[in-house]
This record gives sequence, C-alpha cells and structure tokens, in this order.
Amino acid sequence: MEILIYGAVNSMIFMLLAAGFALVYGVSRIPNFAHGAVYVLVGFLTWSFLNDLKLPYILAILLALVVSALLGLIIYRFVLIRLRGMPTSEIIASFAVSLVILEGLRLQGIAGFKGFIGPFYSLPPFFDAKINVAGVFVDFQRLFILGFGSLILLAIYLFTHYSKAGLKLRAIAQDEQAAMMLGIHPDRTAMLSLAVGSALAGMAAVLVLPLGNLAVEQGYHVLIRALAVCIVGGLGSWAGTILASLVLGYTVIISSTLLGTVWESMVLVGTIILILLLKPSGLLGKQKELEERV
Amino acid sequence: MEMSERRKKRLDRSITVRSRGLYALSSWREMTFLLLPRVALVALLCALPLMLDMYWQRVFCAAATYAMLALAFDFLAQYAGLVCLGLSMFIGLGGYVSGSLNHYWGWPIWVTIPLASVTGAALGTLALVLCLRLRGVYFAIVSFMLPLFLVSFIVATSILGSTEGISSLDYLPNIWVEQYLLVGALLVALFGLRRLMTEDFGIILQAVKDNDQAVKASGIDITAYKIKALFLAALIGSFCGAYLSHLYGWLGLSMFAMDFSILPIAATVMGGMGTLAGPVIGAFVLTPLSEALRGFGQLRVVLYSLILLAFILYKPEGILNYLERKYFQFERWEKV
Amino acid sequence: MTGERILEVTNLWKSFGGVHAMSGVSFDLHKGEVVGIIGPNGAGKTTLVNLLTGFVKPDDGRITFMGERIDGLPPHKIALRGLARTFQVMRPFHTMAAYKNLIVPLNSPRVRKTRSGALGDLDSVAIDILEEIGFERDARVPYKTAGSLPLGYLKRLELARCLALQPVIVLCDEVFSGMSMSEIASMLPLLEKMQMNGITLMMVEHRLRELFKLAGRVMVINFGEKIADGPPAEVMEDPAVKKAYMGAEDRK
Repeated sequence: MEILIYGAVNSMIFMLLAAGFALVYGVSRIPNFAHGAVYVLVGFLTWSFLNDLKLPYILAILLALVVSALLGLIIYRFVLIRLRGMPTSEIIASFAVSLVILEGLRLQGIAGFKGFIGPFYSLPPFFDAKINVAGVFVDFQRLFILGFGSLILLAIYLFTHYSKAGLKLRAIAQDEQAAMMLGIHPDRTAMLSLAVGSALAGMAAVLVLPLGNLAVEQGYHVLIRALAVCIVGGLGSWAGTILASLVLGYTVIISSTLLGTVWESMVLVGTIILILLLKPSGLLGKQKELEERV
Repeated sequence: MEMSERRKKRLDRSITVRSRGLYALSSWREMTFLLLPRVALVALLCALPLMLDMYWQRVFCAAATYAMLALAFDFLAQYAGLVCLGLSMFIGLGGYVSGSLNHYWGWPIWVTIPLASVTGAALGTLALVLCLRLRGVYFAIVSFMLPLFLVSFIVATSILGSTEGISSLDYLPNIWVEQYLLVGALLVALFGLRRLMTEDFGIILQAVKDNDQAVKASGIDITAYKIKALFLAALIGSFCGAYLSHLYGWLGLSMFAMDFSILPIAATVMGGMGTLAGPVIGAFVLTPLSEALRGFGQLRVVLYSLILLAFILYKPEGILNYLERKYFQFERWEKV
Repeated sequence: MTGERILEVTNLWKSFGGVHAMSGVSFDLHKGEVVGIIGPNGAGKTTLVNLLTGFVKPDDGRITFMGERIDGLPPHKIALRGLARTFQVMRPFHTMAAYKNLIVPLNSPRVRKTRSGALGDLDSVAIDILEEIGFERDARVPYKTAGSLPLGYLKRLELARCLALQPVIVLCDEVFSGMSMSEIASMLPLLEKMQMNGITLMMVEHRLRELFKLAGRVMVINFGEKIADGPPAEVMEDPAVKKAYMGAEDRK
C-alpha cells in the first residue's frame, strides 16, 4: 500500500519534471538542456525571496514563477533564436546555458555573491504535517504534489486544446510548415513554448524541492530524470510521457524499497537501454522512422 | 531604398594567387607561405616542452589532452553528426581500465595503455551503439547521462576504489616520455583524421550529411560507418584517459569530471567547428587560461560556457577560419 | 528480350494514418523488361517505389527479388542485392566533385564483391562511369562540383550513382521531370543502352509520350490500386484508365 501511494507521488514528480522539457521539444524540436538549470535557479530564487527579501511564501513562489517564464523567454530570444535549424549548435548552446546557470550558482566571491554551496538550503513545505491515507502516513507536501500536479496537467491540457495560444503550439508541433502557412509565427511560438516550459520547471521546483534539500547537483539529477522519461515515453508524445512517468516512478520506488535508493540511476539507465533495444521510438512514440528525414 | 555607402570587399592576397598551381614549387617564398601554418603548428608542439618549466609542462600535458578530446568531439560532431556531451566517459573508461590492469594485475604501462585505449573505446562504443540508429538528439542525451551513471555505479557498488580511487599506479618513465608521447599521439590523431577525411571513409561521412537517403540507396550501411567513427573518437578519448592515469599515477572519480566534457566543446566552438586543427588551437588557448583562473573555482566552467556561447552566437566560424581568411585574403572598404 | 521473373510483388498494403496509400498491389517483373508506372498525381507511385526499395515498410504483402524476400529489409541491404533507385527530388552530394559522388556506391560491399581482381583506383573507375554516361572528360565536367551542374547532368549523375552499383533493376522515379523534350531525347539512348546491357528498368513517369518510346509494358496506379497492366496502347484505351486520368464521363 505504501508503495502504491509513494509510487504515485513519485510518478507525478517524474511527470512534472519532464513536462517542461517535453513541451519545448514537442513544439520547437529544441532539446532544452537548460531545463534542470531553470529548476534549480527557481528554487534558489524562491529561497532568496523568502530569506533575504523576507517576502511571504506565496509571493516568493509567484514571483519566482514569473521569473522562470521570463528566463525561458530570454534564453530563446537571445541564444536559441540565432541557432534555429542547426541542431548541433542548438544542443551545444542549450547545454552551455545550463552550465552557466548551474555552475554560476556555485560561484563564490564575485561581487560579494556567496554562492550556493553546501547542504544548508531548503525550501519549507507548504504545510508541515502528515495525514493518514488508507493506513499510510503521507506528508501533506506529497499530497500537494499529487493535487497541484494533476491541476497543472489539466491546465496544460485545457491550454493546449482550448486557448488560441495553446492551439498555435499544437499546430507548430504537428506540422511546422503548414502552421507557418496559416500565419503562425514560429519564433514567437517557440518563445511561448520555452516560457511555458520554463514555468513548468519552476512549478515543479516549487512543489518538489520542499521534500528535500536544495543543492546545485539537483539540476543534473532533474535533467537526467526528465530525459529518461522522455526517451522511455517517446519524444513528442504526451501519452507516452505520462505512461513513462508511471513506469519509471513506480519502478524507482519499488527498487528503492527493495535495494536501496542508491540504485536509482541504474534503474533509469536500465530502463532506457531496454526501451532503446525493444522499442526505440519510446513506449508510445509516434515516430516510425527515427532517422533524419530528408 | 537607401543602401549603405560602403561595403567590404575581400580579395585574395597576391601571394595566395601566386601560390596556386605548380609553379609555387619553384619559389621559396611561396612554398614558405603554403607550408608555414602546418610547420609552425608541428614545430611549436614539439618545441614547447623543451622550453617550459615543470609546472607549465604539466599544463602543456593538460592542454594536449584537451586538444585530443576536442579533436574527437569535432570529428564526431561535424563529420558523423553526433554531438557528444559526455567526453569524460571515455577518459574515465580508459583511465579505469588502464589503472585497474596495472594495479590489480601488475601489467606494465606499455601494455596497459594501448590495451586500455582499445578496451575503453570498445566499451564506450558499445554503450552508445543503440543511439546511433536514432536521431542525433538521442545520442546527445545518452552521452550526457552516461558519465553521471558510471560515477553513481562506481559509488554504489564501491568497486574500483569507489570514492577514493586507486593510487600508486606506475608512472610514466620520465618527463620526456610524458611530453612527447602525448605530442606524438596528438599529431598522429590530427593528421590521421585529416587524412582519413580525404579518403573514401570521409567522403561517405560527408555524403551522409548531404543526403543520407541517397547514401542508403547506394548500398552503404550508415550505422556501420557511424560505429566506426564513434570507435575512432572513443579510441582517442580512452587513450587520453589511460595516459592520464599513468601521468598522475592515480585513478579516481574525478576522471569523469565535467571539465573533460566541457572544455573540449568550448575549445572546438572557439577554434572553428569542422576544421580539426581549430579545436586543437582552441584547447591550447583555453587551458592556460583556465589554469590562470584556478583560484576562482567554478568560475572556470562558467567562463568556458560563456566563451562558447559568445563564439557560437557571434563568431561561429571560429578562430581558425578567421585566421585562415586573414592569411589568404585581405579586406578593404569600398564605396558602392 | 524478356527473361525469367526477377521481381515478384504480392498483395502490397500500406496505410499512413488511415489513408490507404497502397491497397493490395501485385505484379511481376521479368529480366530485361522496361516497365512504366503511371497514374494521376498522389496515386501512390512514389510510395510504391519507397516500398520496393525499403524506405517504407509495408503493412502487409510480400516482395521477392531474385528469389529472396526483401520486404522489411533496410534500404541499404536492398540496394546491395541489386535494386537501385533514383530520387525524384534531386539532391546530389553537392559539396563534392561530381565523380566523388560515385565513390559512395563504389564503396558498397556489393561492388567490392562483384568487381573482381584489379579494382584499381576508385577515382578512375568513377570517372570512367561518368564518361560512359556522357560527362565529357575533356571539358573537365566530372571534376566540377556537383552542386553547380545543370539539371540534365544531375539526372545523369543520379543514373550513374545507380549504375555504379552494377544493379539488376533500376527504379527511376520521374527522371524526365523538369527536362525539355530535347533533353529527354538525349537521355533516351542512355536508358536504351542500360537496357541492352541487361538492366531491367522500372520507370515512374508523367511524361507518357517519351515513356512509351521505351516501355514495353505499363502499369497504371490510381488511389493505391493497380487498375491496368499491359502494353501501352492497350492500357491507354482501357476505360478505367481514361476515367482515372480524365475524370468520369457525364452521366446520361
């Protein structure tokens, strides 16, 4: 029973982590390696707003989310926009941005910036208590993850299916050239996708970080998890991402319970290898022809 | 419509024009003009170890190692279309295999280094082979993840020295072997790859970039060629790893450090993607720079990344192409 | 003229997301034939070519080439058995010299196996092939960058790429498209020469008049189905074919 609940929570965490990356890739075919960096940055920003500026928690969170969306916009507008169409450069550039942010957070001594090193940082949970669900004690934060996470997913669905901007995103995702012919501006849409994707990373950060510590290393862990979900689920398929989150979320929880948490990476890599062997396009991946199309 | 009043006109230098064609052979000046860049590179590489003191010799070794990694990265990215974000994996594989053979079985270094290069390359290629059939982005993702996975695997299983690593490996015999083995390897790799690119192998890789469907329809198994290209790059990387393990007499988790993955990429972008010699130059520029900034900790990585971004956005041609242009041509403003 | 059966296609089916691109097409090909494949635009002709050459996997059906099944094989393996194709959209390896384009097929295992003894310099083999198909060696045409060649030469280069493989069948996907009548007229002898050298030709075409000069047999594909198969004159009189091309006649 414990596994059932914690597995569900873990799956939701995986889903939230992957959502931003999957959205950006699905719409603009750009692998946003800076995804994990934005996640961590939002975490630290919230912490700063909370502790240095002494803002109320809610305000800190909202402010950080706005900043994350802006960050996504900036990343696209100033870096990626110049590199559209050159996949090699896109990958390298987004990777470099990720490093600037992540390693930059570790800097010490530049203009008095002390750098975020050490295990002293954490974000407080929304409501510090546990509740008994079907015989298992679950802390509220985890329930919030499930609750807010589902809301976020619902919001994404509604946004992409019923709002004008969201429909534009889907159009570009399905067929960029046809969408362009209909007057949809690919660059603006890509900027939107990056803003939304980064905001999703921020939301994930705000929900998940209170569970543990806040450290720069998390940036890489988050990126790995998001990438694992996307590969297993299939790049470009939402259903696949959801399914993969469930698969990976539960597998990790089960293996952690049986073998210990230290094997999580092995489980992830094992699942990836398995998928690449059996169904390279991902569990529900749409692409049949995986090689570059001429 | 208003047009700008002047534009840049680019002309070949007269010596460039004179050096084309067979008659260049008859003139010392033209031959020097043609050969100078290559000779200068080789001469500099061979002469530097003699001129530097011990500290800077170590820096030179580091620079040459990064240069080889940058070569491997450039080769993979431009010629095979594979962006490898985890070069440190090859360093780690080569280093661990070589060090382990030396430590656990006592094999001498002139056996372990070549053996580790090949074994490390084979393991690395095997780890990535599943991605070769898929779109380039998969390769980038998996190559990024693998070094981190290997680290956590070693820590989790506590094998091969776990977090402390293994020390007291055999050292390279003397300082001259240290330096010139690496220089030799670098030159072999550089000129070897260049030569390979003009051979049929390189032509096929180039053709794949132009039109992969036509290559398939011509009966060529593209995946097989990508595997060969990956193995070559992995060989270079593993050799560096094996070399380093015997240079420092130590192997450990730091062999999988991000530094090994990033600096070569920054060096490649800075030096000029696709030129093979450009990344080498980039490495020799960035390594002393990073050495000088050693006291600033993580600033180094941020700096490489910023330099990389600056070049990729504003001067994507890179240093080598820029120099080459200046060398062979001159520019002049001209009224329109 | 025609010999044994070398290609057997049985009941080929392919859908793309609900659209039946190929619905149960079957036919045979005999050695030495020149068969045309015609039909209205979007009828599935290029899909057929892609299915035969392995770029698209069929949902159902069998393709047997020289006695062995090839459906489901990747493109390069099919090419290695001797089934070469040209591409409708011309994209040579444009940064290289024209003759270097042929280095690619000349490096395939098939060529290395069948060319016995002195392979010689692949470069000179490439130039010889180009000369045979009309690239004037004196004018240094083979050395020109492929991207700079005019269309007529590019079409020949595509054919040369196929010929370098020493193929059994060459599938031409609209080779005549974009060329003037005189250009086509100068290409016909080349195709005839290929046929005389024992190569079987299958030509997807829109230019019917020129095609009928070469083809002894013609198949008509419409909406993924084969609606006619026979000598050109017969096929063009077939009412089903007329309907497909011209639309239905007025109802009474």
